[in-house]
Amino acid sequence: MNDANEPTGAVEPNGGATGAGVTGATAPTGAAASPEPGAAAGSAGPPGGRHVRVVLVDDHRMFRTGVQAEIGQTDRTGVEVVGEAADVDQAVTVITATRPEVVLLDVHLPGGGGVEVLRRCAPLMAAAEQPVRFLALSVSDAAEDVIGVIRGGARGYVTKTITGTDLVDSVFRVQDGDAVFSPRLAGFVLDAFASTDAPPVDEDLDRLTQREREVLRLIARGYAYKEIAKQLFISVKTVESHVSAVLRKLQLSNRHELTRWATARRLV
Amino acid sequence: MPEAAAVPLVDPRPPRKLYRSSDGRWLGGVARGLAGHLGLPVVWVRLVFAGLFMADGLGALLYAAFWFFVPLGVGGVDSGRPSAFTTETAPDGRRRLVARKPDKGQIVALLLMVVVAMVFVGNVNLGGGAKAYLWPTVLVGAGVALVWRQADNARRARWAEVGRRRRTLNLLRTAAGVLLVTVGVTGIFVLQGSAAHLGSVLQAALAVLVGIALLAGPYLVRMTQDLSEERLMRIRAQERAEVAAHVHDSVLHTLTLIQRNAESANEVRRLARAQERDLRAWLYKPEGTGKDEADEPDTLAEAVRRNAAEVEDKHGVPIEVVVVGDCPLDDGLSAQMQAAREAMVNAAKYGGEGGAVQVYAEVEGRTVFVSVRDRGPGFDLDSIPADRMGVRESIIGRMERNGGTARLRAVPDGGTEVELQMERAEKTS
Repeated sequence: MNDANEPTGAVEPNGGATGAGVTGATAPTGAAASPEPGAAAGSAGPPGGRHVRVVLVDDHRMFRTGVQAEIGQTDRTGVEVVGEAADVDQAVTVITATRPEVVLLDVHLPGGGGVEVLRRCAPLMAAAEQPVRFLALSVSDAAEDVIGVIRGGARGYVTKTITGTDLVDSVFRVQDGDAVFSPRLAGFVLDAFASTDAPPVDEDLDRLTQREREVLRLIARGYAYKEIAKQLFISVKTVESHVSAVLRKLQLSNRHELTRWATARRLV
Repeated sequence: MPEAAAVPLVDPRPPRKLYRSSDGRWLGGVARGLAGHLGLPVVWVRLVFAGLFMADGLGALLYAAFWFFVPLGVGGVDSGRPSAFTTETAPDGRRRLVARKPDKGQIVALLLMVVVAMVFVGNVNLGGGAKAYLWPTVLVGAGVALVWRQADNARRARWAEVGRRRRTLNLLRTAAGVLLVTVGVTGIFVLQGSAAHLGSVLQAALAVLVGIALLAGPYLVRMTQDLSEERLMRIRAQERAEVAAHVHDSVLHTLTLIQRNAESANEVRRLARAQERDLRAWLYKPEGTGKDEADEPDTLAEAVRRNAAEVEDKHGVPIEVVVVGDCPLDDGLSAQMQAAREAMVNAAKYGGEGGAVQVYAEVEGRTVFVSVRDRGPGFDLDSIPADRMGVRESIIGRMERNGGTARLRAVPDGGTEVELQMERAEKTS
């Protein structure tokens, strides 16, 4: 299974790849947050000489081809596409066979959707040695789809309109074990964790801290991690840990809103 | 009532077929259908039937035969007259039957029919013995008419949703019809035999009925189930077809325009975005919520999205919208929406080259917060001459007049952000 894989030394977060940060949905940040030298810029060789092995799972061949063309030039982006799959069974087979570091996973797939892939790859995700990490990619606007894959174990969610540069950046972020939130996902999460009268079952998991809320708000407002750090006078690392904490809560919280929350848009 | 030939749904008006009219009728719609078919006024046809009725009830037989064999359809509607069951789309999206008051002609025809029946009953020249059978026969006729009429209604209900209240009425009618027929038939039997045999006659009849029910019951049940299932499928198919038609049309349209404007990147982007929005509105909006672009938005989320869409279309700069929470609009919020729109226009005009404009709106408790940020070259309020009133008036002034606040600031890494805050009016419900 484990083919000789060049060590990437990227199991723990490495602050060098913060680049333009998560910009979400479609905010092309090429011009925005000018990337630091050596950060994921997608133009001058792979960032920091990094390398990541990726599997694409999407039922639209055209889209896979497009992504492959945009980020798959390994010498330029550092992303190596080691496999592709068009449905759930294929995806599980390919992921098991190639053991990639990051899987770009479409939410809507024939055979049960992205959630099913996550369910069947759970052991791979939990592996102590080289865990497989998932980043959800979708055109969907349906909150329950998005929240569903995050709760299924994906480390983040971006819309398909994301630019190549930002996608590469998000892939490295996921490889580092960080979470990737697009503005839209941040909005969904804020909605899901909205303050309600219902007492939280688990104080630690069912509430967002004030700081986490602030960070999510800024993400929803289109800020990159670096900008958030400046705005709140904290380090980018701290921003990342806040976002990861939110992701954890999102995956573990048992608030009933998170399962049924999409049924009623919150009319205050 | 046997299944008459299925009424074709799409009628490209080939040779005119004779249908019974489903509207403006008071019995079987035969007279109206014939009138429509022959191009005569319906009153004449009714008179002819009435006249024939005098001739030893021939009219009634003829009418019954027509009723039995001619399929119900949409024939013989006088032009310029509203259809009897105009369907209206109720607010909840269900189609309702809107009954029309019976017209004068129908009432006259009904009265005439009664009078003719009386005269006929008085004048009919049968053998002394047969005379007694007359009333039961009339009863049976009336009962059969009621039941058949009901069957027609059931068929009509396929074209138009009938409300629940009417359904009980329909059942009552059918029951009344059956009762009339039973009484009539029993009367005939009793007359034939004598009252002494009534008991055994009834028993025999009951036995036959039970037998028929046992034999035909399962078939009938299965048939109704199949029918309702088929109807459901058809409704679904129609719904799908409607969506497909809408989507196909507009997507094809957009694709054509994109090909035509292939050299203008901005235009292509604008077209694609508009189409994407349209599609998303169809796909992700809950059933029955304003898929119509025409109606005024009445909640904050809708208003923000609407404004963003319009600005996007006009200025060709993508605007990303994230809304958290939602609330009904009030005067203050409407002002805030206008200010937000103004901010979006500015962002698109002066900061659009930096990429998408990001709009965020949040309702938290009584506070509504909207931010509009661009990644343009930035913008400093103080450097603007005091006589330029654009931002000062349309954004800041407007917010303050309505009891809110507006803040413009330069974002550290480039771009401008406008923050608008407004307290919601207390609930006036």
